[in-house]
Amino acid sequence: MDGMSMGEYGPYVWTSFALTALVLLICDWRARWRQRQVYRDIEVRIKALEDEH
Amino acid sequence: MHKLASPPHFYQIAPRMVPWFVVPGLLLIAYGSYAGLFLAPPDYQQGDAFRIIYVHVPSAYLSISAYMVMAISAGIGLIWRMKLAHAVAAGAAPLGAWFTFLALITGSIWGRPMWGTWWEWGDPRLMSELLMLFLYFGYMALRAAIDDPAKADKASAVLALVGAVNVPIIHFSVEWWSSLHQGPTLIREGGPAIDTNMLYPLLAMILGFTLVFAALLLRRVRSEVLYRERRTHWVKEMILSAEGRR
Repeated sequence: MDGMSMGEYGPYVWTSFALTALVLLICDWRARWRQRQVYRDIEVRIKALEDEH
Repeated sequence: MHKLASPPHFYQIAPRMVPWFVVPGLLLIAYGSYAGLFLAPPDYQQGDAFRIIYVHVPSAYLSISAYMVMAISAGIGLIWRMKLAHAVAAGAAPLGAWFTFLALITGSIWGRPMWGTWWEWGDPRLMSELLMLFLYFGYMALRAAIDDPAKADKASAVLALVGAVNVPIIHFSVEWWSSLHQGPTLIREGGPAIDTNMLYPLLAMILGFTLVFAALLLRRVRSEVLYRERRTHWVKEMILSAEGRR
């Protein structure tokens, strides 16, 4: 447990690592979300065009 | 090279390339985090607070690297009119902004116990890094503000290239001017200034972050390619054949 406490700097060190993990997760989620969103928009447009014909 | 730059080909091969970057990248980050947090000895001056470098330095390195990827791709797109190059530039911008934000935040968290302040207005390293964040925001805002994709590509490419002047300013700011920020630790005359027990986890983190960035960039560029090519025949065929398989 001593290693976890980081002396008096624990809150600074762990906050930095937690924020980094969070940002990496957000970047991954945003990339997946954007792909799904673009794909769905195209699907909807193609279906609308086919319904018109 | 020409085949790789073709949007349909890139769209097909990008998801197959992602695991080759993600898996070693995450393994390196796991090793670097463990070794940096628990195996590396505390710094003789900064104590355990120095361990913030294991996330701060890779983030700062990527904030600059992502900008270089963005500016070089934008330049290639502008000169050779390569569609994929503009897509790479557009995909690199939000990632670069996130890593710049992370570099600023972790630097601020480090600064509080070490310098006694969260932020120092007027410090050349801090201000040039903040300027980089605004350049990313400006690039993305400019793209979003112009409806014509070709005009958006051109205008944002010019901004990216002009803003590239900030890259050497960030790197040399601690040498050219008086700064609270410490001088170069890794890239300096005489080699790295830190012990190998501290250095190897840091190098692992930098390489791990770079590989994860590459994977994220592939995903971003893939969706950018899909958006740009949304009215083309190959996209329609791909979506219809995917629906047929359902």
